[in-house]
Amino acid sequence: MPRDLAHLSDEALVALAARAEESALAELYDRYGRIAYGLALRVLRDQALAEDAVQEAFLAVWRSAATFVPERAKASSWILTLVHRRAVDLVRREERRRAEPLGDETRADTQGSAADVAWLRLERERVQEALRRLPDQEREALELAYYGGFTQSQLAERLGLPIGTIKSRMFSGLARLRELLESGAHGDEWTPKHSTN
Amino acid sequence: MDTEALHELTAAYALDALDAHEVRGYEEHLAHCERCRAELAALTEGATSLAFAVDAPPPPPELRGRILEAARAERSNVVPLRRRWAVPAALAAAGIAAAAAIVLAVWASSLNGKLDRERTRSAHQLTAVELVASPGARRIPLAGGRGTLVVSKTGQAALVLNRLSRAPEGQTYEAWVIERGKPRPAGLFAGGGGVSLVGLSRGVPDGAVVAVTVERKGGVAQPTGAPVFSARMA
Repeated sequence: MPRDLAHLSDEALVALAARAEESALAELYDRYGRIAYGLALRVLRDQALAEDAVQEAFLAVWRSAATFVPERAKASSWILTLVHRRAVDLVRREERRRAEPLGDETRADTQGSAADVAWLRLERERVQEALRRLPDQEREALELAYYGGFTQSQLAERLGLPIGTIKSRMFSGLARLRELLESGAHGDEWTPKHSTN
Repeated sequence: MDTEALHELTAAYALDALDAHEVRGYEEHLAHCERCRAELAALTEGATSLAFAVDAPPPPPELRGRILEAARAERSNVVPLRRRWAVPAALAAAGIAAAAAIVLAVWASSLNGKLDRERTRSAHQLTAVELVASPGARRIPLAGGRGTLVVSKTGQAALVLNRLSRAPEGQTYEAWVIERGKPRPAGLFAGGGGVSLVGLSRGVPDGAVVAVTVERKGGVAQPTGAPVFSARMA
């Protein structure tokens, strides 16, 4: 019988996927498929390639779920890392490196559960706001690397800067971004503590 | 590459900004460098948050089915099914068609269940989604970036909570709108799973506090304990 998995944590779903529980993979897709596709599309700028990247990443989740170590990373980070890595591999192969924002494609915000859509919207605003608060040079380095798929050497060449400068901009950009977002913002499942305020 | 140079590759690795040769060198180093593993975990959180900033259309609906179909085709690679090999070949041949039919039926009913749930949920939550998208709606963060109270210009409000643990057996979360020290019930919810979107049944005027307590199933008219979290509409 199919079980209702909606109440399980991401990490519990990965553990079920490791035991070949297909509904667990479906639930993970329902939670992260949308963000995964958006990321792949941003990097690849091509719908068919983005779909390939997402499909391959979720199959990698399926195949290697047993190797996932919850102590080392959050399941959502692990999944999105697999998606990003796949997208970057493809973009380097296709030489479609573009970091400009997506055009005005039609937005159909009706897919996914209402709660997920609302949360993703708030999360997007929050991260975009944090990005705006980064120093321009750090934001540029992060965006070109993460969305553009450039390697650090390509970035150094493109920007005409020493590679050491690129490294330190990427490092301080990521560290600052994490600070601005407060660590654990999309973190482990939490149980609110009783407080008196 | 010397060790110091390898330490410095952590941010680029977190962003997937190394070439294949550098990746190999860094991963070998990572295997025996505790400092880099810890730093990488932190920087990867920063890198992953960039995925959430992307404003993109949703995936085509058929992608979900394609992925699950491909996963199903690989299923036996993941965990060999016990007992399958013990079934005699002739019986197995007859059984496969029946099994396939059952799998399809279960699959279809689970899809229907899912759709029904989505519809029911959507019917309740449409207002809350519109509210989050409504122009001029205010966002008041809960501590630790774990959720947000959204209040529209007209005072309509919703709580958006990420990964709140499920309320204990026999209990429920209950939301309250508190004005001048007087709490009024504003809705029940269970938490659990991914995101909880809770449209409050009561408006939230300026100066009011929205609080959430854990109560017995079915809810109560007055809170019986201290709030587990709250936010003030300043």
